[in-house]
Amino acid sequence: MGAFLEISNATKYFPDPSGGGMQCIFKDIYFEIERGTFVTVVGHSGCGKSTLLNIIAGLERASSGGVILDGKEIDAPGLDRMVVFQNFALMPWMSVYENVRVAVKAAHPQWSAVEVNDHVAKYIEMVGLTGAESKRPAMLSGGMRQRVGLARAFSVEPKVLLLDEPFAQIDALTRGVIQEELVSIWMRTKNTVFMVTHDVDEAILLSDKIVLMTRGPEAEIAEVVDINIPRPRGRTTVIEHPHYYKIRNHIIHFLVERSHQKSRPA
Amino acid sequence: MNGSTTMASDTFRIAVLSSTLLLGALGVWQLASTPSVGGRTQGLPGPVAVAKVTWEMLSEPFYDRGPNDKGIGLQVLSSLGRVAIGYGAASVVAIFTGVVLGLNPILLKAANPYIQILKPISPLAWMPLFLYTIRDSTGAMILVIFMSTLWPTLANTAFGVSSIKRDYLNVAALLQLSWWGTFFKVILPAAAPTIVAGLRISIGSAWIAVVAAEMLVGGTGIGYFVWNEWNNLSLTRVIFAILVIGVVGLILDLGFNRLAKAMAYTE
Repeated sequence: MGAFLEISNATKYFPDPSGGGMQCIFKDIYFEIERGTFVTVVGHSGCGKSTLLNIIAGLERASSGGVILDGKEIDAPGLDRMVVFQNFALMPWMSVYENVRVAVKAAHPQWSAVEVNDHVAKYIEMVGLTGAESKRPAMLSGGMRQRVGLARAFSVEPKVLLLDEPFAQIDALTRGVIQEELVSIWMRTKNTVFMVTHDVDEAILLSDKIVLMTRGPEAEIAEVVDINIPRPRGRTTVIEHPHYYKIRNHIIHFLVERSHQKSRPA
Repeated sequence: MNGSTTMASDTFRIAVLSSTLLLGALGVWQLASTPSVGGRTQGLPGPVAVAKVTWEMLSEPFYDRGPNDKGIGLQVLSSLGRVAIGYGAASVVAIFTGVVLGLNPILLKAANPYIQILKPISPLAWMPLFLYTIRDSTGAMILVIFMSTLWPTLANTAFGVSSIKRDYLNVAALLQLSWWGTFFKVILPAAAPTIVAGLRISIGSAWIAVVAAEMLVGGTGIGYFVWNEWNNLSLTRVIFAILVIGVVGLILDLGFNRLAKAMAYTE
């Protein structure tokens, strides 16, 4: 009997691009996520953190090992997990409203049109996009597009929310605002969240725990850092906490200095 | 510089040039058809003669005085009816097959050589086979139209579907959309611009094929009309029919242009 979400010795091989054979992206990744917590994986590009997220989403399969959610092994996508994509992945031919509605209708096929409409409106309001319902994504800024992505993901009310570098393509000023909005939405909904990022400040602001991965190939987990800064956190208040820079320096130091090292087998 | 001013003056220049081209063409035509001093009056009919016939034919488009004498409206409708059946059936088959091939890159590569061999075959070349197998000239004509419109739509659909962004299909998978749900909500709208481009090429091919097929085996239709008037040695009516074929083709193309605009999206 494990935790709510258990990544159980997940290992992934890809065909080696430089020739025949297989390359190991990551090896024996094991960690657990408690229900209602926010866990972030931080690591360099190429450590396979997005692949790991896709395995939890069910979009890819682990070469060995796997993922167990609420006692059941994951082998396909499902409405109990929703992804917020780095490049938003909104349907460009649909309006904001339709992009959220397609998710709500998929999650609640038995709902009446009125119920669907109320639910869509609630989540569009939650991300502050009321009034922009009829616009297509191409007419929106990156920040507004990702708000649609968040509304779509939250509207399904998944057991686990998977955030794949969700703010990487948003300009720095807007990014901070949306990060704070995400904190406040998450405080209300208390979803279980798994995020991958390489933005350390973002990870500290949002997370309960940060999982540090070594560089690939054969990436593995180096350590798990508890973020013991009380909530609610804001961008300005979090940096005033006495632990903030200690944690931040620790992680940066890891990324720069120690992420090459392999842990020796015991 | 003001953009709209430039646009307005461009529009004016285009209109002037366009009118000049038309007048020039009409002038050359008139000169070519004027009886020479030698008195040969049996030359090519000129614009005035064609205009007179046009007026006559268009003032009573739906008359029906037996199998070899019907109004131009009836002939065009008869051709359009054949196109609608052959083109409609081919489009459904082509879009479905194209989606299946587009979603299966291996299958697409396996089938591609055969598509490339079949594509350049003139649809008329199939006519004897169809006449022999189904022994019905209307059916054979519809099958010729079917063959003429299958390949552009099929090739475009397969290409459009194979280049749909993985992300859209991932979202469909995460939302657990059914195959049909994914087909109608994601695949069709995502590939719609490319599919409509194929449909637009196909409607042009269909309109070309129907005229030729009707000249061969038709008992009605605009192509049959052309052939019949050639047998009557009425070149004035042949020229009139050529103009009608052009105008109908233009209207069909404009319709698909509208459809293309409605289906377009920006990423």
